[in-house]
Amino acid sequence: MVSIAVFAIISLAGFGFFAWNILKIRSNIRLGRDLDRSDRRSERWKTMALVALGQKKMFTRPIPALLHLAIYAAFVITQIELIEIVVDGLSGEHRTFREALGGFYTFMVSFIEILSFLALIATFIFLARRNLLKLPRFNMKEMKGWPKMDANLILFMEIILVSCIFTMNGADEVLYNRGLSHATDLGDGSLGLSVSSYLGPLLFDGMSDGTLHTLERIGWWGHIAMVFSFLNYLPYSKHLHILFAFPNTYYSNLEAKGRFTNMESVTTEVKLMMDPTADPYAAPAEGAAEPQRFGAKDANDLTWKNLMDSYSCTECGRCTSSCPANITGKLLSPRKIMMDTRDRIEEIGNNVRKHGKDYDDGKSLLGDFITEEEIWACTSCNACVQECPVNIDPLAIIVDLRRYLVMEESKMPTELAGMLTNIENNGAPWQFSPADRLNWKDEA
Amino acid sequence: MSLHVPTMAEMMAKGESPEILFWVGCSGSFDDRAKKITKALVKILNECKVNFAVLGAEENCSGDPAKRAGNEFTFQMQAMMNIQILEGYDVKKIVTACPHCFNTLKNEYPELGGNYEVIHHTQLIQELINQGQLALKGGGTYKGKKITFHDPCYLGRANDVYDAPRELIKKLDGELVEMKRCKTKGLCCGAGGAQMFKEAEKGDKEINVERTEEALETNADIIATGCPFCNTMMTDGLKSFNKENEVEVLDVAELIANAADL
Ligand code: SF4
Ligand code: SF4
Repeated sequence: MVSIAVFAIISLAGFGFFAWNILKIRSNIRLGRDLDRSDRRSERWKTMALVALGQKKMFTRPIPALLHLAIYAAFVITQIELIEIVVDGLSGEHRTFREALGGFYTFMVSFIEILSFLALIATFIFLARRNLLKLPRFNMKEMKGWPKMDANLILFMEIILVSCIFTMNGADEVLYNRGLSHATDLGDGSLGLSVSSYLGPLLFDGMSDGTLHTLERIGWWGHIAMVFSFLNYLPYSKHLHILFAFPNTYYSNLEAKGRFTNMESVTTEVKLMMDPTADPYAAPAEGAAEPQRFGAKDANDLTWKNLMDSYSCTECGRCTSSCPANITGKLLSPRKIMMDTRDRIEEIGNNVRKHGKDYDDGKSLLGDFITEEEIWACTSCNACVQECPVNIDPLAIIVDLRRYLVMEESKMPTELAGMLTNIENNGAPWQFSPADRLNWKDEA
Repeated sequence: MSLHVPTMAEMMAKGESPEILFWVGCSGSFDDRAKKITKALVKILNECKVNFAVLGAEENCSGDPAKRAGNEFTFQMQAMMNIQILEGYDVKKIVTACPHCFNTLKNEYPELGGNYEVIHHTQLIQELINQGQLALKGGGTYKGKKITFHDPCYLGRANDVYDAPRELIKKLDGELVEMKRCKTKGLCCGAGGAQMFKEAEKGDKEINVERTEEALETNADIIATGCPFCNTMMTDGLKSFNKENEVEVLDVAELIANAADL
């Protein structure tokens, strides 16, 4: 009875705190500007199915993709077992579904065990890769400190989780062999699970009945404790991607990657300038939205999709390791752009909740997090966008930051200012006269 | 052979209208190296008797570098001016030898009211060859030569055109060799995003040097590309390795024009 109550309280607190954090993130994302991504539904579902569920883009690097798939599949399938854990926890029963489901139960749990075993191997390889191999993309400047720890922590959690599963099932198997398990005895002599039916006897055979019961409970409670820790760790971690990958790919940009967004506020003004009949002093139309700043200076000048992107980033660094600027030693790292954006919108969100909507902490994304040097190094080559396994678009943020600098502050490299003047004066980025455009025709 | 290059204005005066507008672009009009690409394409168009015209003095920068640099005002001014002119001539179809013009006209003009069918010159040439309008003379122009193709970002990743230029190279009597990073993984030449017009930020290498190094690793005799900016960057890259006399940088249009003996 006590354990049922404890379980109920832990579950309530676990799910409750998680929900509270997710709502906070949701409200942070909604600090961003509007963007309509409600169109082309079926294409969106398809993209989500392929990229998030099917992990299509991971498979451009097959080995990490397979290892990642093992952990991912184990994670998803283990959630089915969680249903039983919750039912057992609240009812005080043990292996509630075993009797009803029979062979299918054995199959499912065995399947989970195999996946968990593979996930365990993958986890060890990932740990080695991160900490021993010194892969450059995991050891760049922006990965120092918390991001590195974050990555390792989750791998440790995975190891504990899987160990708990095997301890629980393994100890139960030995107990079952002795006819002492709390699971209903079906007279088959073994739980018949793929891994723990071998692993259990191997590890625990000599132990006393009491120790085994304790071990089984440690495994069970440890498992559920890890699940809730993991769940509540997510909102603070790059591992949020396991949830956000889904909405984020659903709301992917479906246009050609080369197409930069059209700034409608500018269109209105340019049309006015080009229309000789327009009244430049006309009052803005009734109900017209307050003019927004051109481009983005701070994280809340970005669109909600840019912000969702930042929460979906796995910090894998595939973007950065394909970025021509980064490869050649420039400061720019598209991963850092995403990490900075997330850090900053978290900060703004906290400020808004604490001090109200109009609070200004005197900081901004551009300047305090991302420098001008970084954004001017981008060649807009779209390699980062192409590589991102969860369809994040760092380039969109870079462009919006440039727009702010150029259109609001007229700050840009001097050569670019010259190029722009040339375009405005003679219709070409260089100083040539439009009258000479066709000279090539008669040149030998 | 003199080139036949009618302008839209001339055509209109004669009461004619071309099937397709050749958008030459600023590089193609003014840059000495790029002008050769322009002429190679015109030779092909002339050979195939394509009914085309250019805007000539009425053409204006598409606005691409302004937009990438973050100046949406300058971009939209350019775009709207161009759209007015194109509208005046009732243009429906455009070919361009510059992936930047291609991308901007194709993807960014529609929202401002300019809707055209826009194709890259490699796509048009492929069409002409497939329709039997252009025959390559198997005269061994590229016999035994290795040709590698550098994907322009604004043709490849930006617009998913990877095959047209490769199909053309495969029609030559040389051999197409791929760089390690090609197609979707192709490395930028370093010129996009308005970088062409400024010095690079501080780093430990120039992007075009990194890319040229990779091209040289294929032992190619020719680096083929489909963008005047990439052409410049790769040519400069070769100079930094003192290889400009051993390896050539050629546009796909030039390769085809040579192979067709034009
Ligand atoms: S678009 Fe910019 S940030 Fe992204 S890979 Fe290319 S240069 Fe790097
Ligand atoms: S933006 Fe995408 S590719 Fe880059 S680190 Fe984040 S998840 Fe990885």
